[in-house]
Amino acid sequence: MTALAEPAVSARTTALAEQLRAAVGIERVLTDRTQVRTYECDGLANFKVTPAIVVLAESRQHVVDTVRLCSAAGVPFVARGSGTGLSGGALPSADGVLLVLSRLRALSPVDADNRQVTVEPGVINLWVTRDAAPFDLAYAPDPSSQLVCSIGGNVAENAGGAHCLKYGFTVNHVLGAEVVLPDGEVVHLGGRAPEHPGYDLLGAFIGSEGTLGVATELTLRLIRVPEAVQTMLVGYRTVEDAAGTVSDIIAAGILPAAVEMMDALAIEAAEAAVACGYPEGAVAVLVIELDGPQVEVEAQFAQVEEMARARNAFEIRIAADAAERALMWKGRKSAFAAVGRISPSYYVQDGVIPRTKLPEVLAEMKRMADERGLRVANVFHAGDGNLHPLVLFDDAVEGQAHEAEELAGDILELCITSGGSITGEHGVGHEKRMKMGKQFTPEDLDTMQLLRCAFDPDGIANPGKVFPTPRLCGERPGARKGEHPVQAAGLGEVF
Amino acid sequence: MTAPALTGRTGGPDDAVGGVVPAEVVRPGTVEEVADVMRAAAADGRTVVPVGARSKLTWAAPPESCDLLLDLTGLDRVVEHVAGDLTVVAEAGVPLADLQAQVGGAGQLLGLDPPEDGATLGGVVSANASGPRRLKYGTTRDLLIGITVVLADGTVAHAGGKVVKNVAGYDLGKLFTGAHGTLGVVASTTWRLHPVPPARRVVTLELPDAAAAGPLSITLARSTLTPSAVELIADADGPARLVVLFESIAESVAGQARAAVTLLGGGEESEDLPEDFGRRPGGADDVLLRVAHAPASLSAVLAALPAGASVAAHAATGVSHVAVPAADAAESLPRLRAALAPHDGTAVVLRAPDGVRDQLDHWGPVGDALDLMRRVKERFDPERRMSPGRFVGGL
Repeated sequence: MTALAEPAVSARTTALAEQLRAAVGIERVLTDRTQVRTYECDGLANFKVTPAIVVLAESRQHVVDTVRLCSAAGVPFVARGSGTGLSGGALPSADGVLLVLSRLRALSPVDADNRQVTVEPGVINLWVTRDAAPFDLAYAPDPSSQLVCSIGGNVAENAGGAHCLKYGFTVNHVLGAEVVLPDGEVVHLGGRAPEHPGYDLLGAFIGSEGTLGVATELTLRLIRVPEAVQTMLVGYRTVEDAAGTVSDIIAAGILPAAVEMMDALAIEAAEAAVACGYPEGAVAVLVIELDGPQVEVEAQFAQVEEMARARNAFEIRIAADAAERALMWKGRKSAFAAVGRISPSYYVQDGVIPRTKLPEVLAEMKRMADERGLRVANVFHAGDGNLHPLVLFDDAVEGQAHEAEELAGDILELCITSGGSITGEHGVGHEKRMKMGKQFTPEDLDTMQLLRCAFDPDGIANPGKVFPTPRLCGERPGARKGEHPVQAAGLGEVF
Repeated sequence: MTAPALTGRTGGPDDAVGGVVPAEVVRPGTVEEVADVMRAAAADGRTVVPVGARSKLTWAAPPESCDLLLDLTGLDRVVEHVAGDLTVVAEAGVPLADLQAQVGGAGQLLGLDPPEDGATLGGVVSANASGPRRLKYGTTRDLLIGITVVLADGTVAHAGGKVVKNVAGYDLGKLFTGAHGTLGVVASTTWRLHPVPPARRVVTLELPDAAAAGPLSITLARSTLTPSAVELIADADGPARLVVLFESIAESVAGQARAAVTLLGGGEESEDLPEDFGRRPGGADDVLLRVAHAPASLSAVLAALPAGASVAAHAATGVSHVAVPAADAAESLPRLRAALAPHDGTAVVLRAPDGVRDQLDHWGPVGDALDLMRRVKERFDPERRMSPGRFVGGL
């Protein structure tokens, strides 16, 4: 499982390190083995590769210089923010440069009238909402790691969070990006306006997992903090009743800000870790949050409460204030780490199914786990069918890690056959690239990689991620010698 | 090597796109037939312009050439509507109105409301058309969750999927949105739906002039009110109105409408939308523009419009549709674009009378990513046979 690659101290990288030191400063270029090993993995710690060179960029120019030198030397680079990704998207290349962006952490003043803010990629997700709060504004995407994850990483992975059922994902909240392309050219995609003539390359860039370039500045859309927020915690004796409540809510035309579900094992773990006081004996709990205008939230909240009772909820708790709400969320947001309390090791999975198939998929998942003698704790964004099965295993038991990895893979295939996806928010990264061929045809993947070829014909930006096999880009097609007929006619660039 | 293609018919003046009459018009009925047609066109190097209901043919520049007009109205099946998941799969030729009627039966809607009569899903995607409710639901890029495209060489490719939350692979749906058929053919689309709100309340405020809408829209945007649309409707040098639409449960829209009247310092409440709500401004004699800008710059944008302009501004979003007199459009448009620049603003020509159109720079300045866009075009359509010349920079 662990692939510990030795750094390739080749003549090529040695020469590149010298050039980088001259360009960005000696203190920002690391090649010492013990130092660079700090960066050998991201949040998915079961894959490790030691990079040859680490660059600690502190300015856009450092990024441009680094990328240009990599491009000239034909050396791959991997951009990294806080390194909290869960798919190995920031796994270094052994013979390449790891470009660390976490020192690029400036925020411009909040533009309250436009409800926008411009930030550097190393800025921590939660800082944006912190800066926006005095204006009654907030940054909507809220991955559970928001205390530590960076905006640049959020953009690379198109990060989601508990509230994306109502508010959408990172791609719905980024208006503009300054991007250093893999040849060092700087382009501006999107901007402060909602639309611009031309292809929506911003939309294509967000979620491209560092394979199309490096964002050095991002303009984010802020949302108005809603007038009212109400949160309830509901305990059930069966998963079916919990899932049924979610279906009833959606069928009634209610769009909650969040609907989160945890099963018995996940509840047990959260209790052990943070004593969140979830209903005792619950086989499943839902955390349901509604927000919006006060009258709307009150009316719909009462409706949801009735629906929960009709589905045999045995305990319904309503958060009386922000502190109680925070406690309800604490159990949910700490769930991944909490599983460490009930299992020596665990494997976090991220898959999506059509929400209506929740009960049957959970039953099948249980059957698959039983077959392998493993346990799976389930934490998920129930409103949009985004599952986070946590496969529990014990490293000390021979072969169990391998069994767990296989089960996690089987669960993804179950997601695909159910009409879903292998990732809802963690990204494909290194971990799932071999599964892409199960969800997409070779034609689909080749077509996607046409975009890669346009941005990065040499394939040096985060190689080995997202796609099972790189597409050879070949010559730049249509590259013309001499003037294009439209330009020759004096119409170029305008019509 | 040439696949058996459908028999088309000879193109006529009624089939012209931007004055270019196609040699042939072909109307496939399935995605596979589209692929067959594209392979055949590739084999003999013909240029192809895909169209739907043809309601927005003027929204892009005229093509340099159109050997084959690919009429997609035969791809008219709603493939799968899963009400419980709030998703629908529908082919590109399905009219938006038909889709709304079908999903409306389950109390759902697709949150897109461009007014063009008969517009198909493929056309709405390819032209990135939007209307007033973009404030609440966003636009195609926010609602399209999966896409099937056919490339110039006949390759059929999918991206996205049938689930709302999905980050596997590149999002080709966004790339094809607003691409006006220059990268390939949009053949099928998958959408996220929303529930139809049970109640509606409209607040209409007469304004002394259009400019008053700027500060009011900022006030609304900074409030906790959640309107579906905030529309400034202003006739050329005539009356101006701000129409604020609330759509939710009855208690909510009643309370919000009252609050809006207080916040705006006036306004009439009603159940019904004014007849001209959501329509494009002006008439056939005008030049119709889509203007986009930083949302809070609406006042400055309105002040920069040429005399005689009529406006339908999606006021809190930063997108407006503006009709300007055609007579001096060749002079007024560059001036307007210069005035918009500090607000990250752009103006795109959507329609212009014959004789005026070819005096206008259709797309205006594109910025520093144009060369990258050209590289994207060259990868997807290396022979430059898809709607050549219709897009920015002559792409």
